[in-house]
Amino acid sequence: MKEQRHSDFQTPPGTLTYNPTELLICTAARLMPDNTTAFIGTGIPMLAASLAQKMHAPNLVTVFEFGGTGAILEKLPLAVGGECTFHRAVAASGICDIVETAQRGFIEYGFLGGAQIDPYGNLNSTVIGDYCQPKVRLPGSGGANDVGSHCWQTIAIMRQDKRRFVEKVDFVTTPGYLSGPGAREAAGLPPGTGPYRVVTNLAVLGYHAESKRMVLLATQPGIPIEQVFANTGFELLVAEVVEENSPPTAKELQILREEVDRDHLYI
Amino acid sequence: MEVIQSGIGELIQPPDVNAFREWNRAKPKALIDKRMTEAEAVSRFIRDGDYIGTELYGTVRCPMSLINEIVRQGITDLRVAGQGVFELDMLLAAGRIKALDVTYIGLEVYGVSNCLRREVESGRVKTCVEWSNAAIAWRFKAAAMGVPFIPVRSMLGTDTLKYSAAKVVKCPYTGDPICLLPALILDVGLIHVHRADIYGNAQIDGISGFAAEMARASKRLIISAEEVVSNEEFRCHPDRTIIPYYLVDAVVEAPFGSHPGEMCYVYVRDEAQIREWVEASKEIETAQAYLDKYIYGVSNHQEYLEMIGRERLDNLNRMAKRETDERTTP
Repeated sequence: MKEQRHSDFQTPPGTLTYNPTELLICTAARLMPDNTTAFIGTGIPMLAASLAQKMHAPNLVTVFEFGGTGAILEKLPLAVGGECTFHRAVAASGICDIVETAQRGFIEYGFLGGAQIDPYGNLNSTVIGDYCQPKVRLPGSGGANDVGSHCWQTIAIMRQDKRRFVEKVDFVTTPGYLSGPGAREAAGLPPGTGPYRVVTNLAVLGYHAESKRMVLLATQPGIPIEQVFANTGFELLVAEVVEENSPPTAKELQILREEVDRDHLYI
Repeated sequence: MEVIQSGIGELIQPPDVNAFREWNRAKPKALIDKRMTEAEAVSRFIRDGDYIGTELYGTVRCPMSLINEIVRQGITDLRVAGQGVFELDMLLAAGRIKALDVTYIGLEVYGVSNCLRREVESGRVKTCVEWSNAAIAWRFKAAAMGVPFIPVRSMLGTDTLKYSAAKVVKCPYTGDPICLLPALILDVGLIHVHRADIYGNAQIDGISGFAAEMARASKRLIISAEEVVSNEEFRCHPDRTIIPYYLVDAVVEAPFGSHPGEMCYVYVRDEAQIREWVEASKEIETAQAYLDKYIYGVSNHQEYLEMIGRERLDNLNRMAKRETDERTTP
Protein backbone atom coordinates (compact mmCIF):
# COMPACT_ATOMS: atom_id res chain seq x y z
CA MET A 1 0.00 0.00 0.00
CA LYS A 2 1.32 3.40 -0.91
CA GLU A 3 1.15 6.34 1.38
CA GLN A 4 -1.54 8.87 0.61
CA ARG A 5 -0.66 11.65 -1.82
CA HIS A 6 -4.05 13.23 -2.10
CA SER A 7 -4.66 16.60 -3.70
CA ASP A 8 -6.11 17.83 -0.40
CA PHE A 9 -2.60 17.73 0.95
CA GLN A 10 -1.21 20.26 -1.49
CA THR A 11 -0.60 23.59 0.14
CA PRO A 12 -0.83 26.76 -1.89
CA PRO A 13 2.31 28.85 -1.72
CA GLY A 14 2.21 30.88 1.44
CA THR A 15 3.48 30.92 4.95
CA LEU A 16 1.50 28.61 7.18
CA THR A 17 3.09 28.18 10.53
CA TYR A 18 2.89 24.99 12.50
CA ASN A 19 4.80 23.43 15.36
CA PRO A 20 6.80 20.16 15.26
CA THR A 21 4.02 18.17 16.97
CA GLU A 22 1.47 19.36 14.40
CA LEU A 23 3.86 18.38 11.62
CA LEU A 24 4.32 14.86 13.09
CA ILE A 25 0.56 14.42 13.38
CA CYS A 26 -0.19 15.60 9.84
CA THR A 27 2.60 13.47 8.34
CA ALA A 28 1.47 10.36 10.23
CA ALA A 29 -2.19 10.93 9.30
CA ARG A 30 -1.29 10.83 5.61
CA LEU A 31 0.10 7.31 6.14
CA MET A 32 -3.30 5.99 7.28
CA PRO A 33 -5.34 4.81 4.26
CA ASP A 34 -9.13 4.49 4.40
CA ASN A 35 -10.64 1.04 5.00
CA THR A 36 -7.58 -0.33 6.75
CA THR A 37 -7.06 -1.48 10.31
CA ALA A 38 -4.61 0.43 12.48
CA PHE A 39 -3.44 -0.34 16.00
CA ILE A 40 -3.42 2.99 17.79
CA GLY A 41 -1.61 3.96 20.98
CA THR A 42 -2.17 7.06 23.08
CA GLY A 43 -0.61 10.35 22.07
CA ILE A 44 0.36 11.33 18.54
CA PRO A 45 -0.99 8.18 16.78
CA MET A 46 -4.41 8.93 18.23
CA LEU A 47 -4.39 12.51 17.00
CA ALA A 48 -3.17 11.36 13.60
CA ALA A 49 -5.93 8.73 13.37
CA SER A 50 -8.55 11.31 14.30
CA LEU A 51 -7.23 13.71 11.66
CA ALA A 52 -7.11 10.93 9.04
CA GLN A 53 -10.76 10.02 9.78
CA LYS A 54 -11.80 13.62 9.27
CA MET A 55 -9.71 14.13 6.12
CA HIS A 56 -9.43 11.14 3.80
CA ALA A 57 -10.10 7.99 5.85
CA PRO A 58 -13.58 8.07 7.44
CA ASN A 59 -13.51 4.28 7.78
CA LEU A 60 -10.04 3.96 9.20
CA VAL A 61 -10.69 1.11 11.61
CA THR A 62 -8.97 2.17 14.81
CA VAL A 63 -7.98 -0.65 17.13
CA PHE A 64 -7.11 0.05 20.78
CA GLU A 65 -5.39 -2.65 22.76
CA PHE A 66 -7.76 -2.82 25.72
CA GLY A 67 -10.76 -3.63 23.58
CA GLY A 68 -12.02 -0.81 21.31
CA THR A 69 -12.48 -1.65 17.61
CA GLY A 70 -13.62 0.92 15.05
CA ALA A 71 -13.97 3.93 17.33
CA ILE A 72 -14.86 7.25 15.75
CA LEU A 73 -12.33 9.58 17.34
CA GLU A 74 -14.42 12.60 18.21
CA LYS A 75 -12.53 13.29 21.40
CA LEU A 76 -9.07 12.44 22.53
CA PRO A 77 -8.61 9.65 24.99
CA LEU A 78 -6.13 10.43 27.73
CA ALA A 79 -5.95 6.76 28.66
CA VAL A 80 -5.56 3.79 26.36
CA GLY A 81 -8.68 2.24 27.92
CA GLY A 82 -10.71 5.45 28.09
CA GLU A 83 -14.26 5.74 26.81
CA CYS A 84 -13.14 7.58 23.66
CA THR A 85 -11.30 4.43 22.55
CA PHE A 86 -14.68 2.77 21.95
CA HIS A 87 -16.79 5.85 21.19
CA ARG A 88 -19.34 4.81 18.54
CA ALA A 89 -17.11 1.79 17.88
CA VAL A 90 -18.25 -1.43 16.23
CA ALA A 91 -17.11 -3.59 19.14
CA ALA A 92 -15.96 -3.31 22.74
CA SER A 93 -14.07 -6.44 23.75
CA GLY A 94 -10.83 -6.98 25.68
CA ILE A 95 -7.08 -7.15 25.26
CA CYS A 96 -6.86 -10.86 24.41
CA ASP A 97 -9.38 -10.46 21.57
CA ILE A 98 -7.53 -7.44 20.18
CA VAL A 99 -4.01 -8.85 20.24
CA GLU A 100 -5.20 -12.26 19.06
CA THR A 101 -6.81 -10.44 16.11
CA ALA A 102 -3.39 -8.97 15.34
CA GLN A 103 -1.74 -12.36 15.85
CA ARG A 104 -4.16 -13.83 13.26
CA GLY A 105 -2.98 -11.27 10.70
CA PHE A 106 -5.97 -8.91 10.68
CA ILE A 107 -4.19 -5.70 11.58
CA GLU A 108 -2.40 -3.88 8.81
CA TYR A 109 -0.73 -0.96 10.54
CA GLY A 110 0.67 -0.49 13.99
CA PHE A 111 1.76 2.89 15.29
CA LEU A 112 4.51 3.05 17.90
CA GLY A 113 6.76 5.40 19.79
CA GLY A 114 9.93 4.81 21.75
CA ALA A 115 12.88 6.41 23.48
CA GLN A 116 15.44 4.95 21.05
CA ILE A 117 15.44 3.41 17.56
CA ASP A 118 18.28 1.69 15.67
CA PRO A 119 18.97 1.25 11.91
CA TYR A 120 16.82 -1.91 11.84
CA GLY A 121 13.85 -0.24 13.49
CA ASN A 122 14.27 -1.98 16.85
CA LEU A 123 12.69 0.16 19.57
CA ASN A 124 13.56 0.71 23.22
CA SER A 125 11.02 1.82 25.80
CA THR A 126 12.37 -0.15 28.80
CA VAL A 127 15.63 1.32 30.16
CA ILE A 128 18.33 3.83 29.33
CA GLY A 129 21.73 2.45 30.35
CA ASP A 130 22.51 -0.99 31.67
CA TYR A 131 19.45 -3.10 32.39
CA CYS A 132 20.66 -4.22 35.80
CA GLN A 133 21.72 -0.73 36.88
CA PRO A 134 19.54 1.52 34.77
CA LYS A 135 20.21 5.21 34.36
CA VAL A 136 16.52 5.70 33.62
CA ARG A 137 13.80 3.12 34.16
CA LEU A 138 11.20 3.72 31.45
CA PRO A 139 7.61 2.39 31.57
CA GLY A 140 8.35 -0.89 29.71
CA SER A 141 6.90 -2.59 26.67
CA GLY A 142 3.22 -2.11 27.30
CA GLY A 143 1.54 -3.11 24.07
CA ALA A 144 4.49 -2.01 21.91
CA ASN A 145 6.11 -5.44 21.66
CA ASP A 146 2.77 -6.99 20.69
CA VAL A 147 2.15 -4.34 18.02
CA GLY A 148 5.69 -4.70 16.63
CA SER A 149 5.41 -8.50 16.62
CA HIS A 150 2.02 -8.99 14.95
CA CYS A 151 0.97 -6.00 12.81
CA TRP A 152 1.88 -6.32 9.15
CA GLN A 153 3.54 -2.92 8.93
CA THR A 154 4.65 -0.80 11.84
CA ILE A 155 5.19 2.91 11.78
CA ALA A 156 7.28 4.60 14.46
CA ILE A 157 6.63 8.24 15.29
CA MET A 158 9.50 10.00 17.06
CA ARG A 159 11.48 13.17 17.49
CA GLN A 160 14.76 12.76 15.65
CA ASP A 161 18.14 13.41 17.25
CA LYS A 162 21.36 11.52 17.95
CA ARG A 163 20.26 10.39 21.40
CA ARG A 164 17.17 8.74 19.94
CA PHE A 165 18.52 7.48 16.61
CA VAL A 166 21.35 5.25 17.77
CA GLU A 167 23.51 2.49 16.26
CA LYS A 168 22.44 0.10 19.03
CA VAL A 169 19.48 0.56 21.35
CA ASP A 170 20.17 -0.05 25.06
CA PHE A 171 17.36 -2.61 25.17
CA VAL A 172 15.31 -4.18 22.37
CA THR A 173 11.80 -3.78 23.78
CA THR A 174 9.99 -4.12 20.47
CA PRO A 175 11.29 -6.04 17.47
CA GLY A 176 12.19 -4.22 14.29
CA TYR A 177 14.20 -6.25 11.81
CA LEU A 178 16.34 -7.38 14.80
CA SER A 179 19.87 -8.07 13.45
CA GLY A 180 18.89 -7.77 9.77
CA PRO A 181 17.47 -9.76 6.84
CA GLY A 182 15.74 -12.98 7.87
CA ALA A 183 16.20 -12.39 11.60
CA ARG A 184 12.51 -11.87 12.38
CA GLU A 185 11.50 -15.09 10.67
CA ALA A 186 14.39 -16.99 12.31
CA ALA A 187 13.16 -15.77 15.70
CA GLY A 188 9.68 -17.12 14.94
CA LEU A 189 7.94 -13.80 14.26
CA PRO A 190 5.24 -13.95 11.56
CA PRO A 191 6.77 -13.81 8.04
CA GLY A 192 6.17 -10.64 6.05
CA THR A 193 5.80 -8.39 9.09
CA GLY A 194 8.11 -5.60 10.18
CA PRO A 195 8.89 -1.91 10.33
CA TYR A 196 7.57 0.16 7.44
CA ARG A 197 8.08 3.85 8.14
CA VAL A 198 9.53 6.21 10.69
CA VAL A 199 7.91 9.62 10.89
CA THR A 200 10.00 12.34 12.52
CA ASN A 201 10.06 16.11 12.79
CA LEU A 202 12.86 16.06 10.17
CA ALA A 203 12.03 13.27 7.75
CA VAL A 204 10.07 10.23 6.67
CA LEU A 205 12.22 7.12 6.62
CA GLY A 206 11.68 3.61 5.30
CA TYR A 207 13.71 0.40 5.15
CA HIS A 208 15.88 -1.02 2.36
CA ALA A 209 14.23 -4.07 0.79
CA GLU A 210 17.34 -6.28 1.05
CA SER A 211 19.49 -4.97 3.89
CA LYS A 212 16.47 -3.95 6.06
CA ARG A 213 18.42 -0.84 7.13
CA MET A 214 16.78 2.54 7.50
CA VAL A 215 16.53 4.67 4.36
CA LEU A 216 15.81 8.36 4.04
CA LEU A 217 12.76 8.71 1.77
CA ALA A 218 11.63 12.28 2.25
CA THR A 219 12.56 15.36 4.20
CA GLN A 220 10.09 17.48 6.07
CA PRO A 221 9.39 20.91 4.50
CA GLY A 222 12.45 23.16 4.50
CA ILE A 223 14.72 20.62 6.19
CA PRO A 224 18.04 20.06 4.36
CA ILE A 225 19.25 16.48 4.03
CA GLU A 226 22.38 17.40 6.02
CA GLN A 227 20.24 18.22 9.03
CA VAL A 228 18.72 14.74 8.90
CA PHE A 229 22.21 13.18 8.81
CA ALA A 230 23.42 15.42 11.62
CA ASN A 231 20.59 14.14 13.82
CA THR A 232 21.08 10.45 13.08
CA GLY A 233 23.53 8.43 15.17
CA PHE A 234 24.14 5.80 12.48
CA GLU A 235 24.83 5.52 8.77
CA LEU A 236 21.61 6.34 6.99
CA LEU A 237 20.87 4.97 3.52
CA VAL A 238 19.33 7.42 1.06
CA ALA A 239 16.67 6.76 -1.57
CA GLU A 240 17.56 7.53 -5.19
CA VAL A 241 15.13 10.39 -5.12
CA VAL A 242 14.55 12.10 -1.80
CA GLU A 243 11.25 13.90 -1.89
CA GLU A 244 10.29 16.89 0.19
CA ASN A 245 7.01 16.46 2.03
CA SER A 246 4.39 19.06 1.36
CA PRO A 247 3.73 21.08 4.50
CA PRO A 248 0.52 20.68 6.48
CA THR A 249 -2.34 22.28 4.60
CA ALA A 250 -4.57 25.01 5.93
CA LYS A 251 -7.39 22.47 6.03
CA GLU A 252 -5.36 19.90 7.97
CA LEU A 253 -4.25 22.48 10.49
CA GLN A 254 -7.75 23.86 10.89
CA ILE A 255 -9.25 20.44 11.56
CA LEU A 256 -6.39 19.55 13.86
CA ARG A 257 -6.69 22.72 15.91
CA GLU A 258 -10.44 23.22 15.91
CA GLU A 259 -11.75 19.65 15.96
CA VAL A 260 -9.12 17.03 16.77
CA ASP A 261 -7.40 18.76 19.68
CA ARG A 262 -9.64 21.72 20.41
CA ASP A 263 -8.52 21.80 24.05
CA HIS A 264 -4.86 21.85 22.96
CA LEU A 265 -3.92 18.92 25.14
CA TYR A 266 -1.14 17.84 22.82
CA ILE A 267 -0.50 20.51 20.18
CA MET B 1 9.85 -30.03 22.92
CA GLU B 2 13.30 -28.65 22.33
CA VAL B 3 13.93 -25.49 24.37
CA ILE B 4 15.76 -23.00 22.16
CA GLN B 5 15.98 -20.12 24.64
CA SER B 6 15.07 -19.45 28.26
CA GLY B 7 14.45 -15.94 29.58
CA ILE B 8 16.78 -15.13 32.50
CA GLY B 9 14.07 -13.34 34.50
CA GLU B 10 12.87 -14.91 37.72
CA LEU B 11 9.66 -16.91 37.62
CA ILE B 12 8.09 -14.97 40.48
CA GLN B 13 5.01 -17.16 40.76
CA PRO B 14 5.30 -20.79 39.62
CA PRO B 15 2.34 -22.10 37.56
CA ASP B 16 1.17 -24.83 39.95
CA VAL B 17 -2.04 -25.74 38.14
CA ASN B 18 -2.69 -28.85 40.25
CA ALA B 19 -2.61 -26.85 43.48
CA PHE B 20 -4.87 -24.31 41.79
CA ARG B 21 -7.38 -27.07 41.00
CA GLU B 22 -7.36 -28.20 44.63
CA TRP B 23 -7.81 -24.60 45.75
CA ASN B 24 -10.75 -24.10 43.40
CA ARG B 25 -12.33 -27.38 44.49
CA ALA B 26 -12.31 -26.18 48.09
CA LYS B 27 -13.73 -22.78 47.28
CA PRO B 28 -17.29 -22.37 48.65
CA LYS B 29 -20.01 -22.51 46.00
CA ALA B 30 -22.84 -21.49 48.31
CA LEU B 31 -24.77 -18.28 47.64
CA ILE B 32 -23.59 -16.29 50.63
CA ASP B 33 -23.63 -12.56 51.20
CA LYS B 34 -20.03 -11.47 50.64
CA ARG B 35 -20.50 -7.74 51.17
CA MET B 36 -17.89 -6.11 53.37
CA THR B 37 -15.91 -2.90 53.71
CA GLU B 38 -12.55 -2.27 52.04
CA ALA B 39 -10.92 -2.59 55.46
CA GLU B 40 -12.42 -6.01 56.10
CA ALA B 41 -11.77 -7.33 52.59
CA VAL B 42 -8.13 -6.26 52.64
CA SER B 43 -7.42 -7.52 56.18
CA ARG B 44 -9.12 -10.87 55.53
CA PHE B 45 -7.75 -11.66 52.10
CA ILE B 46 -4.40 -9.92 51.55
CA ARG B 47 -1.20 -10.71 53.43
CA ASP B 48 2.35 -9.41 53.35
CA GLY B 49 4.27 -11.03 50.52
CA ASP B 50 1.19 -11.96 48.49
CA TYR B 51 1.25 -11.90 44.72
CA ILE B 52 -1.51 -9.48 43.66
CA GLY B 53 -2.88 -8.07 40.42
CA THR B 54 -5.07 -5.15 39.42
CA GLU B 55 -7.05 -5.06 36.24
CA LEU B 56 -7.10 -2.68 33.28
CA TYR B 57 -5.04 0.50 33.19
CA GLY B 58 -4.78 2.53 36.32
CA THR B 59 -6.98 5.46 35.39
CA VAL B 60 -9.77 3.35 33.90
CA ARG B 61 -11.90 1.19 36.19
CA CYS B 62 -9.03 0.98 38.65
CA PRO B 63 -9.66 -0.40 42.15
CA MET B 64 -8.43 2.72 43.93
CA SER B 65 -10.50 2.36 47.09
CA LEU B 66 -8.97 -1.11 47.61
CA ILE B 67 -5.43 0.02 46.79
CA ASN B 68 -5.71 2.95 49.18
CA GLU B 69 -6.81 0.55 51.90
CA ILE B 70 -3.84 -1.75 51.21
CA VAL B 71 -1.53 1.22 51.64
CA ARG B 72 -3.40 2.35 54.78
CA GLN B 73 -3.13 -1.08 56.41
CA GLY B 74 0.61 -1.21 55.81
CA ILE B 75 0.60 -4.41 53.78
CA THR B 76 4.03 -4.80 52.27
CA ASP B 77 6.56 -6.94 50.35
CA LEU B 78 3.95 -7.39 47.67
CA ARG B 79 4.67 -9.13 44.41
CA VAL B 80 2.68 -7.50 41.64
CA ALA B 81 1.68 -8.01 38.01
CA GLY B 82 2.68 -4.58 36.80
CA GLN B 83 0.30 -3.20 34.31
CA GLY B 84 -0.73 0.04 35.83
CA VAL B 85 -0.79 3.76 36.10
CA PHE B 86 -2.24 5.42 39.16
CA GLU B 87 -2.87 2.48 41.46
CA LEU B 88 0.58 0.92 41.18
CA ASP B 89 2.11 4.37 41.58
CA MET B 90 0.47 4.51 45.03
CA LEU B 91 1.98 1.16 46.03
CA LEU B 92 5.38 2.19 44.64
CA ALA B 93 5.24 5.56 46.39
CA ALA B 94 4.48 3.81 49.66
CA GLY B 95 7.37 1.37 49.06
CA ARG B 96 5.22 -1.74 49.25
CA ILE B 97 6.37 -3.61 46.14
CA LYS B 98 9.16 -6.16 46.37
CA ALA B 99 8.87 -7.87 42.98
CA LEU B 100 7.32 -6.87 39.68
CA ASP B 101 6.25 -8.71 36.58
CA VAL B 102 6.30 -5.47 34.65
CA THR B 103 4.78 -4.62 31.31
CA TYR B 104 3.98 -0.94 31.61
CA ILE B 105 4.05 1.35 34.58
CA GLY B 106 3.81 4.96 33.57
CA LEU B 107 1.51 7.94 33.56
CA GLU B 108 0.43 7.67 29.92
CA VAL B 109 0.12 11.22 28.55
CA TYR B 110 2.02 12.55 31.57
CA GLY B 111 5.05 10.39 30.83
CA VAL B 112 7.23 8.13 32.95
CA SER B 113 6.41 7.16 36.52
CA ASN B 114 8.79 8.88 38.91
CA CYS B 115 7.85 6.37 41.59
CA LEU B 116 8.79 3.45 39.33
CA ARG B 117 12.07 5.19 38.54
CA ARG B 118 12.93 5.75 42.20
CA GLU B 119 11.98 2.26 43.31
CA VAL B 120 13.71 0.38 40.47
CA GLU B 121 16.78 2.59 40.01
CA SER B 122 17.46 2.40 43.78
CA GLY B 123 16.98 -1.37 43.83
CA ARG B 124 14.18 -1.20 46.41
CA VAL B 125 12.08 -3.20 43.97
CA LYS B 126 14.31 -6.26 44.18
CA THR B 127 13.02 -8.20 41.19
CA CYS B 128 11.84 -6.85 37.84
CA VAL B 129 10.78 -9.25 35.11
CA GLU B 130 9.76 -7.95 31.66
CA TRP B 131 6.65 -8.84 29.63
CA SER B 132 4.41 -7.29 26.99
CA ASN B 133 0.83 -6.23 27.79
CA ALA B 134 -0.70 -9.15 25.92
CA ALA B 135 1.83 -11.51 27.53
CA ILE B 136 0.53 -10.63 31.01
CA ALA B 137 -3.09 -11.00 29.84
CA TRP B 138 -2.28 -14.31 28.13
CA ARG B 139 -0.53 -15.56 31.26
CA PHE B 140 -3.82 -14.97 33.08
CA LYS B 141 -5.61 -16.68 30.22
CA ALA B 142 -3.40 -19.77 30.63
CA ALA B 143 -4.20 -19.85 34.35
CA ALA B 144 -7.88 -19.37 33.50
CA MET B 145 -7.62 -22.35 31.12
CA GLY B 146 -6.01 -24.38 33.92
CA VAL B 147 -2.89 -25.13 31.86
CA PRO B 148 0.74 -24.34 32.85
CA PHE B 149 1.68 -22.34 29.74
CA ILE B 150 0.35 -20.82 26.54
CA PRO B 151 2.15 -20.55 23.17
CA VAL B 152 2.22 -17.07 21.58
CA ARG B 153 4.14 -15.14 18.93
CA SER B 154 4.88 -12.02 21.00
CA MET B 155 8.26 -11.13 22.55
CA LEU B 156 10.29 -13.31 20.16
CA GLY B 157 13.78 -12.06 19.28
CA THR B 158 13.83 -9.24 21.84
CA ASP B 159 15.41 -8.26 25.16
CA THR B 160 11.86 -8.21 26.52
CA LEU B 161 11.97 -12.00 26.16
CA LYS B 162 15.57 -12.25 27.39
CA TYR B 163 14.65 -10.54 30.70
CA SER B 164 11.35 -12.40 31.08
CA ALA B 165 10.71 -15.90 32.39
CA ALA B 166 9.32 -17.04 29.02
CA LYS B 167 10.83 -19.83 26.98
CA VAL B 168 11.23 -20.31 23.24
CA VAL B 169 10.70 -23.83 21.98
CA LYS B 170 10.59 -25.50 18.60
CA CYS B 171 6.89 -25.96 17.84
CA PRO B 172 6.19 -29.70 17.57
CA TYR B 173 3.68 -29.09 14.76
CA THR B 174 5.25 -26.43 12.54
CA GLY B 175 8.92 -26.66 13.51
CA ASP B 176 9.06 -22.87 13.98
CA PRO B 177 10.24 -21.20 17.18
CA ILE B 178 7.37 -20.19 19.43
CA CYS B 179 7.23 -18.38 22.77
CA LEU B 180 5.75 -20.16 25.80
CA LEU B 181 4.35 -18.00 28.59
CA PRO B 182 3.95 -19.50 32.06
CA ALA B 183 0.46 -19.33 33.57
CA LEU B 184 0.15 -16.57 36.17
CA ILE B 185 -1.94 -17.57 39.17
CA LEU B 186 -2.59 -14.68 41.54
CA ASP B 187 -2.89 -14.97 45.30
CA VAL B 188 -5.28 -12.02 45.13
CA GLY B 189 -7.00 -10.29 42.23
CA LEU B 190 -8.54 -6.83 42.60
CA ILE B 191 -11.17 -5.78 40.06
CA HIS B 192 -13.47 -2.77 40.09
CA VAL B 193 -16.74 -3.27 38.19
CA HIS B 194 -19.87 -1.33 37.35
CA ARG B 195 -22.23 -3.54 39.34
CA ALA B 196 -22.28 -6.70 41.40
CA ASP B 197 -24.79 -8.59 43.49
CA ILE B 198 -24.24 -9.57 47.11
CA TYR B 199 -22.83 -12.96 46.08
CA GLY B 200 -20.19 -11.54 43.73
CA ASN B 201 -21.72 -11.89 40.28
CA ALA B 202 -20.36 -8.94 38.34
CA GLN B 203 -21.04 -6.90 35.21
CA ILE B 204 -18.73 -4.50 33.40
CA ASP B 205 -19.87 -1.90 30.86
CA GLY B 206 -17.71 -0.98 27.87
CA ILE B 207 -14.40 -2.70 27.14
CA SER B 208 -13.46 -5.44 29.55
CA GLY B 209 -9.64 -5.28 29.43
CA PHE B 210 -8.54 -8.59 30.90
CA ALA B 211 -11.12 -8.85 33.69
CA ALA B 212 -12.54 -12.20 32.58
CA GLU B 213 -9.08 -13.80 32.41
CA MET B 214 -7.73 -12.27 35.63
CA ALA B 215 -10.81 -13.15 37.65
CA ARG B 216 -10.37 -16.79 36.64
CA ALA B 217 -6.63 -16.68 37.41
CA SER B 218 -7.09 -15.49 41.02
CA LYS B 219 -7.11 -17.71 44.09
CA ARG B 220 -8.78 -14.97 46.09
CA LEU B 221 -10.78 -12.31 44.30
CA ILE B 222 -11.94 -9.00 45.74
CA ILE B 223 -14.56 -7.19 43.68
CA SER B 224 -15.37 -3.55 44.30
CA ALA B 225 -18.47 -2.24 42.56
CA GLU B 226 -19.97 1.14 41.81
CA GLU B 227 -23.28 -0.32 42.97
CA VAL B 228 -24.62 -3.51 44.45
CA VAL B 229 -27.79 -4.63 42.67
CA SER B 230 -30.22 -7.48 43.14
CA ASN B 231 -29.44 -11.03 42.08
CA GLU B 232 -32.55 -10.74 39.87
CA GLU B 233 -30.62 -8.36 37.56
CA PHE B 234 -28.18 -11.16 36.86
CA ARG B 235 -30.80 -13.88 36.50
CA CYS B 236 -32.59 -11.75 33.87
CA HIS B 237 -29.41 -10.97 31.92
CA PRO B 238 -26.99 -13.87 32.46
CA ASP B 239 -25.21 -13.03 29.20
CA ARG B 240 -23.91 -9.88 30.88
CA THR B 241 -22.13 -11.69 33.72
CA ILE B 242 -18.39 -11.43 33.17
CA ILE B 243 -17.44 -12.72 36.62
CA PRO B 244 -19.61 -15.45 38.21
CA TYR B 245 -20.01 -15.32 42.00
CA TYR B 246 -18.10 -18.48 42.88
CA LEU B 247 -14.83 -16.84 41.82
CA VAL B 248 -15.39 -14.02 44.29
CA ASP B 249 -14.42 -13.78 47.98
CA ALA B 250 -15.47 -10.24 48.81
CA VAL B 251 -17.87 -7.67 47.39
CA VAL B 252 -17.14 -4.08 48.36
CA GLU B 253 -19.64 -1.39 47.44
CA ALA B 254 -17.48 1.52 46.35
CA PRO B 255 -19.13 4.40 44.52
CA PHE B 256 -16.42 6.42 42.80
CA GLY B 257 -14.17 3.49 43.63
CA SER B 258 -11.97 4.31 40.63
CA HIS B 259 -11.51 7.99 41.53
CA PRO B 260 -9.44 9.88 40.33
CA GLY B 261 -9.67 7.40 37.48
CA GLU B 262 -12.76 6.99 35.35
CA MET B 263 -15.66 4.57 35.02
CA CYS B 264 -17.12 4.55 31.53
CA TYR B 265 -20.68 5.93 31.25
CA VAL B 266 -20.66 6.83 34.98
CA TYR B 267 -17.93 9.38 35.63
CA VAL B 268 -14.96 10.79 33.76
CA ARG B 269 -11.51 10.96 35.27
CA ASP B 270 -10.65 13.80 37.61
CA GLU B 271 -7.93 15.55 35.65
CA ALA B 272 -7.17 18.08 38.40
CA GLN B 273 -6.59 15.31 40.93
CA ILE B 274 -4.42 13.32 38.51
CA ARG B 275 -2.34 16.40 37.76
CA GLU B 276 -1.96 16.96 41.50
CA TRP B 277 -0.47 13.47 41.77
CA VAL B 278 1.72 13.92 38.68
CA GLU B 279 3.25 16.99 40.33
CA ALA B 280 3.44 15.44 43.80
CA SER B 281 5.04 12.24 42.52
CA LYS B 282 8.11 14.07 41.26
CA GLU B 283 9.82 14.15 44.68
CA ILE B 284 9.79 11.66 47.54
CA GLU B 285 8.67 14.29 50.07
CA THR B 286 5.76 15.63 48.04
CA ALA B 287 4.67 12.10 47.12
CA GLN B 288 4.66 11.23 50.82
CA ALA B 289 2.63 14.36 51.58
CA TYR B 290 0.06 13.28 49.00
CA LEU B 291 -0.24 9.85 50.64
CA ASP B 292 -0.48 11.51 54.07
CA LYS B 293 -3.33 13.69 52.92
CA TYR B 294 -5.39 11.36 50.74
CA ILE B 295 -4.69 7.92 52.20
CA TYR B 296 -3.30 7.99 55.75
CA GLY B 297 -5.20 11.18 56.60
CA VAL B 298 -8.62 9.56 56.10
CA SER B 299 -9.91 6.38 57.67
CA ASN B 300 -11.88 5.01 54.71
CA HIS B 301 -13.14 5.58 51.17
CA GLN B 302 -16.19 7.57 52.32
CA GLU B 303 -13.99 10.07 54.13
CA TYR B 304 -11.79 10.30 51.05
CA LEU B 305 -14.83 11.13 48.90
CA GLU B 306 -15.95 13.74 51.42
CA MET B 307 -12.55 15.37 51.12
CA ILE B 308 -12.85 15.45 47.33
CA GLY B 309 -16.31 16.97 47.73
CA ARG B 310 -19.78 16.23 46.40
CA GLU B 311 -19.80 19.09 43.93
CA ARG B 312 -16.66 17.92 42.19
CA LEU B 313 -17.89 14.32 42.00
CA ASP B 314 -21.29 15.42 40.65
CA ASN B 315 -19.50 17.30 37.94
CA LEU B 316 -17.56 14.17 36.92
CA ASN B 317 -20.93 12.36 36.65
CA ARG B 318 -22.38 15.15 34.53
CA MET B 319 -19.44 15.10 32.12
CA ALA B 320 -19.81 11.34 31.64
CA LYS B 321 -23.53 11.71 31.03
CA ARG B 322 -22.86 14.34 28.41
CA GLU B 323 -20.45 11.96 26.66
CA THR B 324 -23.04 9.19 26.75
CA ASP B 325 -25.68 11.49 25.25
CA GLU B 326 -23.29 12.47 22.48
CA ARG B 327 -22.63 8.81 21.77
CA THR B 328 -26.26 7.84 21.41
CA THR B 329 -27.42 10.96 19.52
CA PRO B 330 -24.73 11.66 16.95
